[in-house]
Amino acid sequence: MSGGAITMMVIGMVILWGGLIASIINMMVKSSKNQ
Amino acid sequence: MENREQWGSRAGFVLAAIGSAIGLGNIWRFPAVAYSNGGGSFFIPYLIALLTAGIPLLILEFTIGQKYRGSAPLSLGRISKKGEWLGWWQVLVSFFISTYYPIIVAWALSYTIFSFKLSWGNDTGSFFAKDYAQFGLVAPGQMGGIVWQVFIPLVIVWAVVFIILFKGVRKGIEKANKFFIPMLVILFSIIVIRAVTLDGATAGLEAFFKPDWSKIMDGSVWVAAYSQIFFSLSIAFGIMIAYASYLPKKSDITNNAFITGFSNSGFELLAGIGVFAALGFMAQAEGVSVDKVAAGGPNLVFVVLPKIINTLPAFQGVFGVLFFLSIIFAGLTSLISIVEAYVSAVQDKFNISRKKAIGYGAGISAIISIVYATKGGLYFLDNVDHFVNSYGIALAGLIEVVLIAWVFKKLGVLQNHANSMSDMRLGLWWKICLSIITPIVLGYMMIDSIIHDFKEPYSGYTWGFLSVGIACAVIALVAGIYLAALKWKKNLSEETQKEVS
Repeated sequence: MSGGAITMMVIGMVILWGGLIASIINMMVKSSKNQ
Repeated sequence: MENREQWGSRAGFVLAAIGSAIGLGNIWRFPAVAYSNGGGSFFIPYLIALLTAGIPLLILEFTIGQKYRGSAPLSLGRISKKGEWLGWWQVLVSFFISTYYPIIVAWALSYTIFSFKLSWGNDTGSFFAKDYAQFGLVAPGQMGGIVWQVFIPLVIVWAVVFIILFKGVRKGIEKANKFFIPMLVILFSIIVIRAVTLDGATAGLEAFFKPDWSKIMDGSVWVAAYSQIFFSLSIAFGIMIAYASYLPKKSDITNNAFITGFSNSGFELLAGIGVFAALGFMAQAEGVSVDKVAAGGPNLVFVVLPKIINTLPAFQGVFGVLFFLSIIFAGLTSLISIVEAYVSAVQDKFNISRKKAIGYGAGISAIISIVYATKGGLYFLDNVDHFVNSYGIALAGLIEVVLIAWVFKKLGVLQNHANSMSDMRLGLWWKICLSIITPIVLGYMMIDSIIHDFKEPYSGYTWGFLSVGIACAVIALVAGIYLAALKWKKNLSEETQKEVS
């Protein structure tokens, strides 16, 4: 794969999957705080 | 009026919202749209569309549902009596979609069984068009009699939907999504892992992710990105408002919207990787370039992917079953939400039991869906889907943001409500996204669709046949206005005060 393709794949993964993981962590941290 | 049912847990609501958003479009539409609009460079407008339209709209609909505690007509009617018709329009668009959506799930059910013996043979295109769905035997506009191998799985799909909906929000929809969504992610991940380890997969991924920066300044690419986000997130169907109406009085709306939006787009990325890795494998096996085998829509799922399954070195049947089960799970969770949007509206307006609302609403939809189980069903599906999507959902979404932001001027109230519930505070960016960016983009999308449809009839169909799809889109609007004019079986303003306070 070319450098450009790898870069775009990594950007997509980091933002979309990273965003999802961060949102889930936020939810879990908040619910444990509430308890 | 019985008390409004609630989700059993926050995860239950989030999974149901994700289940609604992740549907067939994530698997068969996104990879093809991204590929034909610049590949890797498409991710820039796509991510901007997610953050400036997708997630802000999700927050808006979650807030409306959670604050006004009703289906789309009830919630929008509680914001202003002049808003109820819009809620009905949205749920009637959902009603029309629910008439044809189960057909695709029914096809996937048949193909799951076909997978065991690879019954589609070598000529998968001919099998789908002539032997199975049989649309290749009639001209567009002709029905040509019921296709029983489609009708029987259709009955099974409706039976599953009825059972889940009859069990209610917590015991039915929530439990179903708690099973279907993790299963979908597990099955699809197995498929993607297999796909990326096939020979030629890197060529497919190269084609999918290679950025074509010349397209980034092309307006149509940005429209494609906003359309993909808009149509993929179940926005302006009345679904998310209905689902959020079952939230408890205290719930982190903003974070729920971020989880739903990122899950949906994250799954689209996963689907893109899986589909293009598999296409790369097929291109290498046939000795052609990836652009020669790239496909989208039903053609990808029911023609191209069975061909790829045939070519797998081992366990063809197993991967066929896994893939079509994924399609069933993705489709069922979306279908349930689409039906729930109008079931909850009928229940609210006419103050009838949930079972009666399901019987009338989903019952009529199930009967109409038989039209699509005929030989000419695919043409009717394509026609109705085009007009209901382009002129129903997009226009209803445009009017929703314009009414709330500019006519009823409720963005401030909704922002305060969301902020009072959520960790993450909504600032000026949210208002700008909804009052300026989203109306401009949706308005441009509408004008673009109209110009396109007038220039050349959709799919080359005759205007006579296209009038069926146009009629469905118009009926949704007119019937919505009519239903809004009917009296509520309970006092709307009294109930509004009670619920909203």
